[in-house]
Amino acid sequence: MANTREIRRRIRSVENTAKITNAIQLVAASKMRRAQDRALQARPYAEKMQSVLGQLSSVAGDPDTAHPLLERREINETTVILITPDRGLCGGLIANLERHTGEIVLGPEAGGTGDISMIPVGRKGGDYFQRFGINFRASFQELGDYPGLAETQPISRIAIDDYTEGRVDRVLLVYASFINTVSQVPVTVPILPVEPPAGDEDASGETQYIFEPSPQEVLADLLPRYVDLLVYQAVLEAAASEQSARMVAMRNATDAANDMIADLTLVYNKARQEQITSELLDITGGVEALKG
Amino acid sequence: MPLTLEIITGERRLLRQEDVDEVVAPGSLGELGILPNHAPLITSLAAGELRVKTGNDVEEYFVSGGFLEVHSDEVTVLADAAEHGSEIDAERAEAARQRAQERLDQASDADRARAQAALARSLQRLRVLEHRRRRGGGGREMSR
Repeated sequence: MANTREIRRRIRSVENTAKITNAIQLVAASKMRRAQDRALQARPYAEKMQSVLGQLSSVAGDPDTAHPLLERREINETTVILITPDRGLCGGLIANLERHTGEIVLGPEAGGTGDISMIPVGRKGGDYFQRFGINFRASFQELGDYPGLAETQPISRIAIDDYTEGRVDRVLLVYASFINTVSQVPVTVPILPVEPPAGDEDASGETQYIFEPSPQEVLADLLPRYVDLLVYQAVLEAAASEQSARMVAMRNATDAANDMIADLTLVYNKARQEQITSELLDITGGVEALKG
Repeated sequence: MPLTLEIITGERRLLRQEDVDEVVAPGSLGELGILPNHAPLITSLAAGELRVKTGNDVEEYFVSGGFLEVHSDEVTVLADAAEHGSEIDAERAEAARQRAQERLDQASDADRARAQAALARSLQRLRVLEHRRRRGGGGREMSR
């Protein structure tokens, strides 16, 4: 039978853990709300940009020649922009992202051949894939909890430069897509070459837009911004995923700690009772012996 | 029928206004005015001042480049960054102008284009402020 003081010490230690996990949970919950909010606010811009791009691609001519960012080449090198959290304590999120990325890096699932390089965004993914000796084209850390376009633009600009200068023939974006608070799924999104969204059937058929200065020039202005936006949105969504994964993981941890406290308290009370009983027995036994 | 104007940036929707009579925007080929019943148009924008006329009232906005779409009396501005005149901080814009000027003076060729773009943006911000002041700083105040 464990002695009572030892049990009491364990209860106190588990209580402290529960306090910490509870605090992390509350912080993550409030950050999650804000991150979700920001992801929603970026949506109207993205939708409009997609519709403009759809309009443009239907008039700008052959995609392979209209703009360098649309041009499909033979794939000699693929680079993966991997967005992960900087910090752990978010359940299986990071492990899932790493496994998902590992399948692309190692396996033929990517549907391509050639070399793989990476642009890790966030400390966790970078730390992990460094061990496998993968070439990093750049690496980003500590974008903050609420990154703006100004923070994510350097990421997309490196990808665009590497692509236009022919160092890389394909760019994939891997991040945790936010399904809902309890579910975040790693996804792979090809961002370069740009696949223009299909133009709205009704719109492209009926309205003839005037393009100024010209469709090609508007397209040249729009495409880099579109890539910026894809990366920005992925970073926002990854932030919402991170915070909600952390919130759920910490809530489970707090619940588990509270269960453990209840169990330990039961054991502690039993042990205490037994101790008292045996002390009483000792005393009454002693009294009987004295009476003799 | 009046125009509906939306100004959207990647980070927020700045404005949605339904009773607009005229929009004057800084197109990349020069300033262009849009009145109701305009033909469908998509144009890129330069950094500059966007004026919104509603009745006798004129509101100034700063946009730092982007796109403008006109379609069936709906004007959508997709801006890289946009601010209402009242949101512009005069001191910051002036400081940005000086910084850009200094950088331009000592810039290598590679940085030159960027410094020039930064200078243009700060000058246009100041211009929006100047117009606003000349009008007596009236108009709606934007809450952040």
